Amino acid sequence: MFGEPVQRVEDQRFLRGRGRYVDDVLVGQQVLHAAVLRSPHAHARIVDIDVSDVLDVDGVRLVWTHEDLGGGTAPAMAEPLPLLIPHPQLTHGRTQYALAKDEVNYVGEAIALVVADDRYLAEDAVGRIKVSYEFLPPVVGLDAARAAEHLVHDDVPGNVAARLEQANGDAGAAIASAPHTLSLDLEVERSASTPLEGRGTVARWDVDTGRLTVWTSTQTSTGVRAAVAAKLGLDLGQVEVVTPDVGGGFGVKINHPWPEEVLVPYAARTLGLPVKFVEDRREHFISSAHERAQQHHVEVGYDDEGRVLGLDVQFWHDNGAYTPYGIVLPIITSTQLLGPYKPGAYRVVFESLYTNTVMCTPYRGAGRPQGCYVMERTMDAIAAALGKDRTDVRAANFIQPDEFPYDHGLIFQDGRELEYDSGDYPASLVKLKELIGWEEFPAFREEMAREGRRVGIGLACYVEGTGVGPYEGAHVHIETSGKVKVATGLTTQGQGHATSFAQIVADALGVPFESVEVVTGDTRRMPYAVGTFASRAAVMSGSAIHLAALRAREKVLKIAADALEANEEDLEIVDGVVSVRGTDASIDLGTVAVLSNPLRYAFDEASKAATQFTVGDPGKPPVAEDEEPGLEGKDFYSPERSTFANGMHAVIVETDPDTAEITILKYAVVHDCGNLINPMIVEGQIQGGVAQGVGGALYERMAYDESGQLVNASFMDFLMPYVTEVPRALDIDHLQTPSPLNPLGIKGAGEAGVIPSAAVFASAISDAEGFAITSMPISPSDLFHLRLQHASVAVDEEPA
Amino acid sequence: MSEELFDVRLTVNGLPHEARLPARRLLSDALRHDLGLTGTHVGCEHGVCGACTVLVDGRPVRSCLMFAVSAVDAEITTVEGLIEADGTAAGRLGPVQQAFAECHGLQCGFCTPGFLTTITAGLRDNPDPTEDEAREMIAGNLCRCTGYTNIVKSVLRAAEIAGERS
Repeated sequence: MFGEPVQRVEDQRFLRGRGRYVDDVLVGQQVLHAAVLRSPHAHARIVDIDVSDVLDVDGVRLVWTHEDLGGGTAPAMAEPLPLLIPHPQLTHGRTQYALAKDEVNYVGEAIALVVADDRYLAEDAVGRIKVSYEFLPPVVGLDAARAAEHLVHDDVPGNVAARLEQANGDAGAAIASAPHTLSLDLEVERSASTPLEGRGTVARWDVDTGRLTVWTSTQTSTGVRAAVAAKLGLDLGQVEVVTPDVGGGFGVKINHPWPEEVLVPYAARTLGLPVKFVEDRREHFISSAHERAQQHHVEVGYDDEGRVLGLDVQFWHDNGAYTPYGIVLPIITSTQLLGPYKPGAYRVVFESLYTNTVMCTPYRGAGRPQGCYVMERTMDAIAAALGKDRTDVRAANFIQPDEFPYDHGLIFQDGRELEYDSGDYPASLVKLKELIGWEEFPAFREEMAREGRRVGIGLACYVEGTGVGPYEGAHVHIETSGKVKVATGLTTQGQGHATSFAQIVADALGVPFESVEVVTGDTRRMPYAVGTFASRAAVMSGSAIHLAALRAREKVLKIAADALEANEEDLEIVDGVVSVRGTDASIDLGTVAVLSNPLRYAFDEASKAATQFTVGDPGKPPVAEDEEPGLEGKDFYSPERSTFANGMHAVIVETDPDTAEITILKYAVVHDCGNLINPMIVEGQIQGGVAQGVGGALYERMAYDESGQLVNASFMDFLMPYVTEVPRALDIDHLQTPSPLNPLGIKGAGEAGVIPSAAVFASAISDAEGFAITSMPISPSDLFHLRLQHASVAVDEEPA
Repeated sequence: MSEELFDVRLTVNGLPHEARLPARRLLSDALRHDLGLTGTHVGCEHGVCGACTVLVDGRPVRSCLMFAVSAVDAEITTVEGLIEADGTAAGRLGPVQQAFAECHGLQCGFCTPGFLTTITAGLRDNPDPTEDEAREMIAGNLCRCTGYTNIVKSVLRAAEIAGERS
C-alpha cells in the first residue's frame, strides 16, 4: 500500500455530512453557550467592569471577570496562561490572563465570559457589560516597537522580549575581505492561518465520576489536557481531551490553551452542565493569532561566481502582545534562512518585539517563508549585481549531494544541531528549470513584449526542517474480529491520516487496508503525544505506527507459531491470515487475537476457544512471564534530530503595464519529501500550500490602523484566494531522497507549498518590472506606487 | 424579558421538521442546532465563504444570511440530502459527492458541504461544463486546504458521473 494513491477513507463521513466538528458535539443535548467580551482598545487600563445589567437577562447562567477566577481548587485560573516554550534568551516573556487583569494589550483580548442558554442570549448579555478604560498609547507595527517611544508592557524595556545571536565562522571578517558586497533591507507583513473553522471548545463535567471531558478544535490534545488539568487543579487522570474533526488548522491551533480552552471547562465544572464556545469569524481575526511580520537587514560578501563568503543578517520579529509560543518563530527564520546553501560564514541576530496587536504564533511555514524570502532576495541581488543567471548563482552556493549529513554549526528550533539529513539540490534545480521552461523564457518574454505585455520569471529554493521531536507514539490493537484499531496521539485537520497511517499498518501487519481504523488526538486512546505542527505527523506518528505494527506482528507470529506448531520464520501474513509458507496450515488474525487473551468466561463462539479448559499448557502460566494478554503492539518514535525536506518553486507572472494587476501564467513545483506514503495526498498538500502562498504573497495582510484596530477583520476585507486567484497551470514534480533517520525514509510535506511563495513572487515581479521588490505582500496598488517611485528616481538621476 | 417564539415548519431533504424559534434564529443555526443536521457548516456568518450553502427551492443560498422563519414555505436541501437511495440503509454518494471522493476534492471537509450543494445546483443548470465554467461555478466558495485544483477536477468528474448514472 505504501506509495499508492489510495482514496481517503475519511471522505465517506465528510461527504455525507457526517463529519463531527467541535460545534457538532452534543447537538441535540442540553448544552450552554459561552460568549466573550473582548477589548475594543489596543492598549488600556481597565478602571472598572460593571456586570450588574447582565444577570437580569433571561437565560444567563454565569458572568465572570478576572475577579471571579482563582477560587477553590483552581488558584491557577487567576494566573497568566502558560508560556509554552521557554528559552534562556526569552528574558522578558509575557502571557495573557484567561480574562484580562487590570490591563488590555490588544483589540480582542478577553475581558469577561458569559454563559447562557444559547449563543444569541450570551451575546446579548456581553453587550450589556460596561467597562471603563484609561487609554494608553498603543504600539502598532515594527517601526513603533523598535522606536520604543511607548512600551507595550511597562516592565519590558525597549519592547524587547528576546534577543538571540548565532554564528558559524566570522561573517564580519568574511564580508570585509570579500571581492563584492551588498546590503539589503527587506520586509514581510502579517498574515494568518485562517482555517474555515475557527476555534471552539466544549466541556462536560461528570459529577458522578468526577471527570472532565473536553472536545476542542486543536492541534494538540495532550497539550490541552495537561494545561486544563493544571489550571483547574485536577489530576491528569480526571481530564480527557478528544479532538473531533478539525476544520483546518494551518498552525494557529497549535497554540494552547486559549483563554476559552480553560474557561469553558471551568464553567462546565462550576455549573454542572456542558458548556460550548465556538468563536465567530471576527473573533478569529482579532483574538486568535497571526504571523509573518518581520524586518530584515542583510549584509553579504561574495566572490565573482556569486558564492556567498559571508552573510550577516539582523532582523526584528513582531511577536504581538504576548509570547505564549516563545521565540520558536524567529529561531526558525534565523536557521532555515540558509536554505540549500552553505555560506562561508554566517551570523544572525534577532530581536523579538512586543506590539499592541494580536500575538504571533506559528502559521503554516512558521518563520520559514520569511527566511526563504530573505535568502532568495539576496541570491537575486547577487545575480543582478554580477549580471549572472539567477539559477547559476544558486547552483554555485548549493550544498552538494555528497556533503550530507551537512552540519550548519547552528542550533535549530528543537534545541538540536541544524544538520541536514539528505537531499539533491542540483538535481531538483535541473527538474525545476525544465518544468517552468527557464531556458525558453527569454524568447517568451520577447514574444510577449511584441504584444505590449510584460512578463517576469522567478524562482525560490527552500529547505524545511520537518518531523521535529520529541516523540510520538502509537498503539495497534488486533481485535478478535480481525479488525485492527490504531491510535496515535497527534491530531488531524485534513491531512488524511486515517488513510495514510492505515496504509502503513496494512503493509507492516499484512492486513487488508479496509480492516484498519485509525484514531488520532484522543487522550483516552493514546495519552502520550506532542501534536501536529512542523510537518511532523507523517514522520513522527507514521514511524511510530510502523514500529507499533511491527511489535503487534511479532506477537502474532509468536502465538501463531505455537498454534500451528511451526517456526516463526516459516510464517507469513497475507490479507489478515497467518500461514506456514508452502502448506495449507493457516490461522486468521482474529483467532490469534482470541488465543492471545486466555479467558475464564466465554461470551461468544470465538471466545469459547480461549477459555481455560481449551487452551494452554497446564504446566505453564496462562500468560507467560514476559507477555501480556491481548494482541497489541505499542511503540514510540523519538528521532535524534529533524528530517530536512526541500523544494524549489518557479513562477511566470504577467504585470499589467497600466493597472499593475499581477497575473500568474505558470507555476512549477519540484518537491522532495523523501518517500511518499500516498502521492495523491502529498500533491493535495502542495496544491493547497501553493494557493495559501499566493494569498500570502499577493492578497492577504492584516490591516491595522495606528490605534491598533484591525480594520479588515472579515472575509469581505481580508482577501483569501478563491479559485479565480490560484494558478491554473500548476505543475508538480517529485524527487524522492529518502531520509536515513526513520524506518520509512519519509520527510514532512505539510508546510512545503507555502514556504517559498513570497520569495518566488518577489523574484518574478522584480524580473518583470526591472526593480527589486523588497516588501511583501504586494498588491497592484503597491506595485503601481513602486513604479511611480522608480520612475521619479530615474528622472532625478538623468543628467540635466 | 424573554423572546417571542414562532412555530416554524421547515421542509428539509423532503422531510417536515417542526421547531419553536425566535425570529432572529439564522437558518444555518436552526438546521444545525434545532434540527440536528450538522452537515451544514458555518465558516464566516457574513455570507462570504459559502460553507453554509444549502439549496432553497433548488437554488444555492447562504443559510447564514437567511432567517429560519423566512424558509417556512421552501424546500430545503442540505448535504445530507444529496445521498441517493440505492436500497442500502446508508444510500450511495450522489454524483458530486462521488466525484469529490475520487478526485481528492476535500481535505479537512469543513467547506465541502457548501461546495457540494453549490455544484449540485450548478450542474443542474449546466450539466456539461467546460473547465472555465467549472471554475466559475465554484468561484463564490472559499476553501483553505485544497487550492481548488482538485475541486475543479471534481466538478468535471461529477458531470461525467451524473451522465453515466442518468
